[in-house]
Amino acid sequence: MFETKTGIIFIAGLFFFVLAFLGNGLVPMLMYKDLPEQTAEQVVNARLMTQFKDLSERYAESFKKYDMEATEQHAADALRLGRQIYIGEGCWHCHSQFIRPVSNESRRWGPVSQTPEYQNELQRPVMFGTRRVGPDLSREGGRRSNDWHAVHFFRPQSVSVGSPMPDYPWLFDGDPDHPNRRGIAVMTYVQWLGSWLPSYPYYEELKEIEAEE
Amino acid sequence: MATAAIEQDTPDRSRLVEERLVKWFFYAALLYFAISLVGGFLMALQLVRWNPFNGLEILSPGRWRMIHTNAIAYGFIANAFLGVLHWAVPRLTFHPVGSRALSYFIFFAWQFIVLSTAAGIILGPTFQDAPWIAKMSRELGVAFCVGAQGVEWGETPFWIDPVALVGLACVAFNFMVPIAKSKGPLYVTLWYFMAAFVWTFLTYAMGNLLPEYTVAGTSAGAIGGLFIHDLVGLFVTPLGWGLMYYFVPIMLKKPIWSHGLSLVGFWGLAFFYPLQGIHHFLYTPIPMFLQYGAIISTIAVELVVATVVINFMGTLWGNTRIVIDNIPIRWFYTGMIYYFITCFQCALQVTLTFQQLIHFSDWVVGHAHLVMFGVFSQWLFGMMTYLLPRIWGRDWASRRLMEYHFWLSAVGVFVMFLDLTMAGIFQGYFWSSLQPWEVSTEGSFPFWAVRVFAGLAMFGGFCCFLTNIWLTIRPAQGQAGLRMNHV
Repeated sequence: MFETKTGIIFIAGLFFFVLAFLGNGLVPMLMYKDLPEQTAEQVVNARLMTQFKDLSERYAESFKKYDMEATEQHAADALRLGRQIYIGEGCWHCHSQFIRPVSNESRRWGPVSQTPEYQNELQRPVMFGTRRVGPDLSREGGRRSNDWHAVHFFRPQSVSVGSPMPDYPWLFDGDPDHPNRRGIAVMTYVQWLGSWLPSYPYYEELKEIEAEE
Repeated sequence: MATAAIEQDTPDRSRLVEERLVKWFFYAALLYFAISLVGGFLMALQLVRWNPFNGLEILSPGRWRMIHTNAIAYGFIANAFLGVLHWAVPRLTFHPVGSRALSYFIFFAWQFIVLSTAAGIILGPTFQDAPWIAKMSRELGVAFCVGAQGVEWGETPFWIDPVALVGLACVAFNFMVPIAKSKGPLYVTLWYFMAAFVWTFLTYAMGNLLPEYTVAGTSAGAIGGLFIHDLVGLFVTPLGWGLMYYFVPIMLKKPIWSHGLSLVGFWGLAFFYPLQGIHHFLYTPIPMFLQYGAIISTIAVELVVATVVINFMGTLWGNTRIVIDNIPIRWFYTGMIYYFITCFQCALQVTLTFQQLIHFSDWVVGHAHLVMFGVFSQWLFGMMTYLLPRIWGRDWASRRLMEYHFWLSAVGVFVMFLDLTMAGIFQGYFWSSLQPWEVSTEGSFPFWAVRVFAGLAMFGGFCCFLTNIWLTIRPAQGQAGLRMNHV
């Protein structure tokens, strides 16, 4: 059995592989089968719409040029495209999207990540990430203003001195005031991250939040 | 070894082996290796902020980082393995591959797959905002990436996945035919190969179809973890060790030390390796009992690795001088020592205690380089160093360049490994001590600078290899083959 063709193909090749897949792949699938997977339209929320409206006012020329409006459907489309840019440009190789319950991470970034947060179309495949050259982004939304993000994507070093992040001028039509469709989308995506949590910080209202606390 | 001796110990070879194809696979592999080095170098320069091409879209380090990993896995390692398999399988089974025409088809299909992956990764994001793509992804509810997909090593754009699966099925068929025809007891190498053909196909299908189309979130993470780990553990590792079991006894001219340990090594790997994937995502919302299971099986496979390494050291025992004289054997055994180091490191870093500190840091990057370059690329360089003279029918032009290739690569990758491991520990403490984020990037700077130079050393070693190939095969140098160099 241990040195025969059938033993190797069927036991080692197929059986052990399937066993591992059932144990490690199917079990979490079954455990979370009752958590519905939301679409991009369903994860658009009021906080994101605030940001998206802000983008549409701030970059009115770009919105007009690329036929975008501050509606929920356009926000959902922007989220999809933004996520694809996030993947295609390799953002996820330097930024993670999960807060671990150790190493003071919840102090630095916010609440520890939980499964329901990831049950949506925009986490298929999941963007846990693999390396943190830059900080975790799963609680990034609302922390910084849209114009900060525009300048930062255009030339990170101008707002974040010494940052090793490369420039992304191709997300803009020439200057940070004119993001193109991809630029608007990726900013929308970043502002969405963490917007489903009560801890989502509104930078404009930071003083009020501090006063409440 | 003189040319005459080479002729003598490989009788009647044209009937069994299509040597031209082996050579083609090697040349293609070397081309992708060069591309991968360029991609890695670009990313390394970006981290130390010396990237001269910053702001140039098609040279974006984010995209080239994916070229770097994919060119190594699918360009270099897969091509080089296919080349060596075309040499080794017919010789082990005494039957030629299923079909030579299919072999040539596989060669061209595989280059198409690798090149279109590269084109998709580099050009895809540029065209991502075309309106029809947004429309299709809305209507189909599918993350419609024309560029890379969001699974590490599964970045292969979605339209290539089915082609790659057909290619892998052809590979499995073509090599299974001679194995099926062979009679008598199966040698260890063939156990590994047979299992690897099944595993590679299944792994590729699992990782490239499930997380993209069926499941989201945490479950997709579990499968993504299985995929990246199985790709190393069930595609690269069994082919690599299988070839070690083939080449080492031939070159040492004696059998493997212990057949029992070979059995333990193979079946231990087959059972424990597929169970480990989730250890890439410890402390995620993936259920904790699955994380514990992955940790335990990872530590178990380290014990299995120890038996394999002991088996090979036992085989070498009594002939250790050959490590100095024979460069391919030196590549192989250096790789094995590095393999033991990475696996030992893995048994430590997989624990939750280590993970608290080193997860997401450069420690992991160092680990990955020691495995993929220090072990498997070095083994493949050893195999090329051994096989190419036999295919050309002439000996290497320069022993000195072979030595430089070895030393620059072996020392370069080990310096990079030590450097990034230390960087990882520093980064872990910078982060957990809640210092501002800039402190961690500034503190990493010296390590990243050392890494650039370690990478340059590896690059230099590779250039020596290319120069040596050129000196050996250029037409005017017909006499080089007659020189007495120990291969």
